Formats: sequence, C-alpha cells, structure tokens
Amino acid sequence: MNSLCQRCNKAKATVHITDTTPHKRERHLCEECAEKEGVIVKQHHQTTNAVLQQFIKNATGLGGADDLACPKCGRTFREFQMKGLLGCPHDYEAFRSLLAPLLERAHDGATHHVGQVPPTAEPAVHRQTGLVKLRRELQDALEQENYERAARVRDQIKTLESK
Amino acid sequence: MTLDDLTRTTGEWLRGAGPLSEVVVSSRVRLARNLADYPFLSTATAGERTEIYRSLADEIMAAAPSKQMLLIDVDKADAIDRQVLVERHLISRQHAAAEGSRGVTVSPTETSALMINEEDHLRIQTLRSGLQLEPLWQEMHEIDQALGKSLSFAFDRQFGYLTACPTNVGTGIRVSVMLHLPALKLTKEIERVARAAKDLRLAVRGLYGEGTDAVGDLYQISNQTTLGRSEEEIIETFGRNAIPNIVEYENVARDSMARHRPYQLDDKIWRAYGILSNARRISSEETQTLLSPIRMGIHVGRFKEFDIATLNEIFLHTQPAHLQKMHGNTLDDEQRGTVRADYLRRRLAR
Repeated sequence: MNSLCQRCNKAKATVHITDTTPHKRERHLCEECAEKEGVIVKQHHQTTNAVLQQFIKNATGLGGADDLACPKCGRTFREFQMKGLLGCPHDYEAFRSLLAPLLERAHDGATHHVGQVPPTAEPAVHRQTGLVKLRRELQDALEQENYERAARVRDQIKTLESK
Repeated sequence: MTLDDLTRTTGEWLRGAGPLSEVVVSSRVRLARNLADYPFLSTATAGERTEIYRSLADEIMAAAPSKQMLLIDVDKADAIDRQVLVERHLISRQHAAAEGSRGVTVSPTETSALMINEEDHLRIQTLRSGLQLEPLWQEMHEIDQALGKSLSFAFDRQFGYLTACPTNVGTGIRVSVMLHLPALKLTKEIERVARAAKDLRLAVRGLYGEGTDAVGDLYQISNQTTLGRSEEEIIETFGRNAIPNIVEYENVARDSMARHRPYQLDDKIWRAYGILSNARRISSEETQTLLSPIRMGIHVGRFKEFDIATLNEIFLHTQPAHLQKMHGNTLDDEQRGTVRADYLRRRLAR
C-alpha cells in the first residue's frame, strides 16, 4: 500500500490498523504518527548495557523486590541492580520472576534458550530446547506461507512430543 | 612453547588469508561458561577463585588434543606480557587489568584461547583469519563438549547457560568479525553500515572491543543477543547475510575509488609508505593509521612492495608491548617512538 499517513499526510503509511471500538474503521499511519498515538512502541535499538541500566532504573520502584536475597550466595536483587552482575548460578532461580522481563528486553523479546545443551543434561532438557526451536521454525514457515515446510516441522514436533 | 616464542610469531588469525580476507581481517567466536558448583566471580572468595582456576586449567590441559597447549598464569605474568596477550587478542583488556587467580590457555597456532576467571569462570574463544565462522564454531563446539563431559556447567532449562551478566545468558555466544573498511570510512558511508548492522541487532565497535576507537579503519561487528536463537542461527546471520553484504559494499567503494580517483588513492598509499619507511619517531596509533591505506593498496593491486602477512606482522610487532618484548627492555613512550621508527625503517628497507 502506498497511501500517505492519514494523520500527517506527509510520510508513507506503513502501519495499518483496524479499530473495532467504538465502531469498525481502518486507519493508515506512518510509523512516527503511530508511535505518537501510542499504537506502536518503536523498538529503538539499545545496547544491552543501556537496556540493563534502564531496567535497573525502572525496577528500583518494585515493592520490596530489591530486598530479595539469593539463599545460596546472599546477593540481593538490589546489589545486582547496582553492579549489573549476578552472584551465583542460583540467582537465576531466586530472582526468576524479576529477571524474566529484563532478559526479554535485553534479548529482543526472547524468553527461552534455543541451542546447545550440556552433554550431561537429561534427555528432557534436550527435548524441551528442541521443541522451543521447532515451534519457532513452524511459526516462521507459516508466516512465509511455506506450508510444505510447516507440515514437516509439525511432524517433527509431534515426534519429539511423543518421546 | 612459551610466551616469548609466541611473541616472535603472528598466529593463524593474522595470516591474512581465508574467505573474504580482502576485507575480513579475522573472525572470532566465544562461549561463556560457569561451573555450576561455584559462585560467580563477583561473590567468589579468593580461595574459591583459585580453586576454579586450578580445576579449569587442569581440565583444559588434560582435554587438550595437543601437548603444545600453553597455560599462562595471567595473575603472575608481568605487565608487558599481559599487554602482549591483549595485543594478540588472546585476552581482553579487562582480563589483563583484573586481580586474583586468572589465566589463559593458548593453542599452538593461537586458533583457540580459553580465558579462565574473566567475567565468567570460562570464556572459550576461537580465532581465525578471514571469514571462517563454521570451522570456528566446530572447533569451539568440540572444546565445549569435551569439557562439558567432565565439568558441570551451570545450565537452566529456560535460560540456557547461566552467566554472571544476564546479557550473555542462553547460548553465551559472541561472534565477532574484524573488518577493514577504509573506503566506506573515506566516503562516509560507514554510518549507514553501522545503522544497518544495528537493525540486525549487531554491535559495531573499534579494534580492541567495547569503548575503543576504530584505529586504522578496523571495526569489530558482533551479536548483541544470546537468548532465543541457536548458535548456528547466529553464525548464519553473520556468514550468509550481514558480513558478505558489508564486504561487497566496501569492495564497490574501493573499485570506484580505484577507477575514478586512482591518483588520489596512489598518493594516499605512497605517502603512508613514505612516512612509515622514513620516520625517525612514530606512535603506535600513527603506524596503524598509515598501514590502513597500504592494506587496501595491497588488496586492490596498487601496492606490491610487501604482502598482507608482512603487513599484519608489522601491525602486531609495532604495538607497545610487542615492541618492548622484542627489544628486551621496558621503554617509555618517547623511547618507543624511536625504537618503532627504527624497526619500521629496517623492516621496510628496499
């Protein structure tokens, strides 16, 4: 679609929205106007450290969360906020719910590991990371309308799930 | 093999060969790993740090396929030796400057360097000249799997390999490619490359990593995210898309210069050569800056006095720590300038 933005009438409309309330209507906006209207949140690229800093700033308001301490190494969430470094591997368990949104932002929306697992890991771990990867492949195939590949990936998922 | 032997050579990654080596100086892959049974280094006691160092060093040396593997105790090494390791890209500046038990193991041809007790307990690095990401990943994967059989690495089902800084969690992989981009710098198109790289979630940095300048038109491009994409996917983004595109972009800019402004290009190359081969005192930075047009001149066939391997050797040996190591004495800034100029005149004498 090559129409101009309905709000500024200057830039090319690249964001197409269908409102359902109060009544159904279609709108075509440029990225900048869409961002101004709060329709989209533009993902400005940030360095990982900037994301971390930003998160640390936002998280300081979390009620009582910063007092949370890892039972293994004693590092508190507040200390992590100050230093940007965790105290021990168990911190990921102790602060899981607080870390999850931070990781999601720092890693471009990803929430689960995909890739290698230690050679000594239980088969269940191998299966799980394999499934995460295949489900994403399925999504990609569907988005590209490559139904042949999608069917193949779906079969692989079924096989892995039944193991 | 000792560090002194190492200093006189250049290592595989400066061979100046490999795919797309006219632009890609070298490629590197690193993995971050931590022992599950120890705290991360920011909370580890000095005793725990030493235990981690010993057990990792023992395992790496035992698993090493070559008896020639070199273990360097960075904590006991003197300042010049530590700097030599930084100049060779075998350890980070942070690792050189840190305190407490720490070290690095280096394979004979310097294709692998394993840092012990850097930010994480273990950072496995593999390096090669040109764009050779698949062989790098293979070598790295073999080391990782071999060590993973005898060592228990911290791993979580959701978050993958656990690291001291959450920005490395997941695969713990950082792929980084060193590019020589003089033509894009000259035509100021480098900014566009930087923006395109950022869209692909890649970081662009100077020669010695984070916070350093692109001296000698050398840039490092590396991935920023480590969670949610497999090692192979990340490597593919580099090898198939990002890097070949930038290389082509640079080559087009070089060709255009050679075709439309050959005298300007030759003038730049030969002036640089003139200064390098006649100066009586010269800094490391000026040397690297002047080697840049010559590096490009060799690749576009307009400079034939010496080859890329020689240029890389000069590049490495004129850096402060290598210069002092070869000279055999500690030298201050001013003395280094003179010794460097003497070395260059000797090396470039026709």
